[in-house]
Amino acid sequence: MNTITKVEHTEHHGPAAGISRWFYTTNHKDIGTLYLWFSFAMFLTGGCMALMIRAELFQPGLQLIQPDFFNQMTTMHGLIMVFGAVMPAFVGLANWMLPMMVGAPDMALPRMNNWSFWILPFAFAMMLSTLFMDGGAPNFGWTFYAPLSTTYAPPSVTYFIFAVHMMGISSIMGAINIIATILNMRAPGMTMMKLPLFVWTWLITAFLLIAVMPVLAGVVTMMLMDIHFGTSFFNAAGGGDPVLFQHVFWFFGHPEVYIMILPAFGIVSEIIPTFARKRLFGYSSMVYATSSIAFLSFIVWAHHMFTVGLPLMGELFFMYATMLIAVPTGVKVFNWVATMFRGSMTFETPMLFAIAFVVLFTIGGFSGLMLAIAPADFQYHDTYFVVAHFHYVLVPGAVFAIMAGVYYWLPKWTGHYYPETMGKVHFWCSFVGVNLTFFPMHFIGLAGMPRRIPDYALQFADFNMIASIGAFIFGFSQLIFLVLIIKTIRGGSPATSEVWDEPTGLEWTVPSPAPYHTFTTPPEVK
Amino acid sequence: MKVTRLITLLISVSSVSYARAEWALNMPRGVTEISHSVFDLHMIIFWICVAIGVVVFGVMFWSIFHHRKSRGAQAHHFHENTLVEIIWTLVPFAILIAMAIPATATLVKMYDPSDADIDIQVTGYQWKWRYQYLGEDIDFFSNTTTPLEQINNQEEKGEHYLLEVDNPLVIPAGKKVRFLITSVDVIHSWWVPDFAVKKDAIPGFINESWTNVPEPGIYRGQCTELCGKNHGFMPIVVDVRPQAEYELWVTQQKNMKAQEVALAKQSISMEELMAKGEAVYKTTCAACHQVNGEGIANVFPGLKASPIAIGDINQHIDIVLNGKTGSAMQAFREQLSAVDLAAVITYERNAWGNNTGDKVEPATIDELKVAAKQ
Repeated sequence: MNTITKVEHTEHHGPAAGISRWFYTTNHKDIGTLYLWFSFAMFLTGGCMALMIRAELFQPGLQLIQPDFFNQMTTMHGLIMVFGAVMPAFVGLANWMLPMMVGAPDMALPRMNNWSFWILPFAFAMMLSTLFMDGGAPNFGWTFYAPLSTTYAPPSVTYFIFAVHMMGISSIMGAINIIATILNMRAPGMTMMKLPLFVWTWLITAFLLIAVMPVLAGVVTMMLMDIHFGTSFFNAAGGGDPVLFQHVFWFFGHPEVYIMILPAFGIVSEIIPTFARKRLFGYSSMVYATSSIAFLSFIVWAHHMFTVGLPLMGELFFMYATMLIAVPTGVKVFNWVATMFRGSMTFETPMLFAIAFVVLFTIGGFSGLMLAIAPADFQYHDTYFVVAHFHYVLVPGAVFAIMAGVYYWLPKWTGHYYPETMGKVHFWCSFVGVNLTFFPMHFIGLAGMPRRIPDYALQFADFNMIASIGAFIFGFSQLIFLVLIIKTIRGGSPATSEVWDEPTGLEWTVPSPAPYHTFTTPPEVK
Repeated sequence: MKVTRLITLLISVSSVSYARAEWALNMPRGVTEISHSVFDLHMIIFWICVAIGVVVFGVMFWSIFHHRKSRGAQAHHFHENTLVEIIWTLVPFAILIAMAIPATATLVKMYDPSDADIDIQVTGYQWKWRYQYLGEDIDFFSNTTTPLEQINNQEEKGEHYLLEVDNPLVIPAGKKVRFLITSVDVIHSWWVPDFAVKKDAIPGFINESWTNVPEPGIYRGQCTELCGKNHGFMPIVVDVRPQAEYELWVTQQKNMKAQEVALAKQSISMEELMAKGEAVYKTTCAACHQVNGEGIANVFPGLKASPIAIGDINQHIDIVLNGKTGSAMQAFREQLSAVDLAAVITYERNAWGNNTGDKVEPATIDELKVAAKQ
């Protein structure tokens, strides 16, 4: 008896053998890996849907798919990219890096961590299964405005509602875990104002998640009641209010878009100082700016609804509040530029992605500022200008930041340097593809092309063709990324513990690859 | 070989674009006072963004060029500067206030629909618009007229592909027209870019908007809120006419209405009903039930050999006239004339092998319409 216990005890320090490692793991690094691979799989799935959309829009007329299926594609593309690709990727990075960055041995709630990941594959299996159901998948846009998503929805909407519930539970558990880890498990001496910015931005993001995911759960539950239990929350014929849906949805939805960008700010704030060989400019103003953005995100939701007929006073309030967001966001961009200023810069792949993030996210910010001007928004609203805007902040914004983070930390995870030239090729193909896809959308939007249409008037043809070509370039470039990651996992020149030229942060004090358990005794932070 | 092919492709792409000629980069300036001030706001904020962009990206690229390690740059050690940080917080704030003032002024003007000369109720239906002139007995539907053959690439696409309708909204030039915008099913949005008018059509709500178009002309727009399958196929066409011509049009409309009433009393031959019915079916019913009458499985029921189309005729008439609550099937009693209704029901009962031989008389429908009004 005694001997068995001893044997078990000595073997306990590595991962379990075989596939069960991944099902039973409570290790933050394993769960981080699971999240990241899941997110990449969803990114490719959602990407294929985007390519189907762009292929149909290559020329005017209906060539490949019918309007109803087109609507299913736009809906599923949006849902998968938001809930399946971007959010899990950030949670994956948080799982891998947060404990190491704050000097903790693992996440605060490891078993819940396992559960919050393993809900996701089931949620998305359920959502993707709707594509094969009678009546098709949800076809009412990722914003699922009632009554199109209730009275007029295909029967699969119920599966969609339950899938959203499961994603919400997963996100809330992930957020609780992150907050508990950051607040309770910091190494001695790691005060709040010494936290790396990625940790700070994630802490704020986690609070946003806890605040708004229940709101999303509420709104889909109201839909469920309308569809199956005879209530009329959103049904005007029963005394309900379709506009209420939009208020509740965007009360979730606007903080949600910051959930998808604040961790990106954190990643970029880690990378730029490393490759500029200079401390981040304005650390504390970065923290305050992030907090202000998070606060403002709760009082601007109706700028998504400028055309629903809000009263003049409401319109003005939301316009002014929205314009205010430009101030803290500007502060962040100025800080990044000031960090580069008088640095000693090199341009490895993570830095290229980070610089592209700053430039292209700022372009997305500019169009956001334009959209904030309510009278002008009457012309932009629900056109391709909006599509261009949010893809600029999400693709070369959030997605580029995620890729930058992956390149930055990949040597730490795998113990190998990635092939630098291949990384640069991936960057330049993605950079060209992304701009070719989304920049022309500004023009067709201003010229008057509504979003979410499967076919368009002839004057929009040229730029649509260019956008479609760009989309295919961007889409196929991601295969380079996939090959690069697999290659780096399998081998490559061994990475030092520091990986880069004197980076700051506790994660660079452990060997590469990071051992299965790190900081079992907390480090001392001076 | 590859290069030649690429060149041929590029040439063919660019010749396509020459044929279409338009590489519109910017928002149309529009034709109304409001659309002009919206355009000006758009340009001001655009140039502000460009100016900020030039400064920020300028400094950034200058640093990227000069402060690179390969040029021997040594990193400096500053990492905060309170004065600079206060300045770059306050300057954007001041710019925003300067921008908010004209934006507020324009918004206040847009929100003043008072003293309108004409009131028109605009109602969104799954996938058409209805225009009712309040106080006048004018009420009609506006459907897309782009043929399916053009959409499915079997025919050359016309000049106004997807932006053409059977009955445009007609308004007089130089008059303030107020729109009362609503919907009967899902949310739509009524947008004419040249007027800078975009307002959501929401069931249970009536939204207000207005325009005053100084110049006669034809102005085109589209529905801009996802409203289901044919969201991309519900255009808006506004025909702005000089006052005198507008009045003439009003008289014609009223005469047509009288004619319609007279026609409803007459009997029509089976052939004529079938021909008319087919045309009505294509514009009004085929979007859901499909041209071949087979519908879309589990979304829109087919009519071919359906219990309703070959069963009890009164039930068939009832569902067409009054719709089916809780489904996409609308009530067509107000949408179509008695003749059109009789024709389309006759067509549905005799097309695609539904050979019931039933013929619906316009008079029967007319009686039901009259009864429903009382």
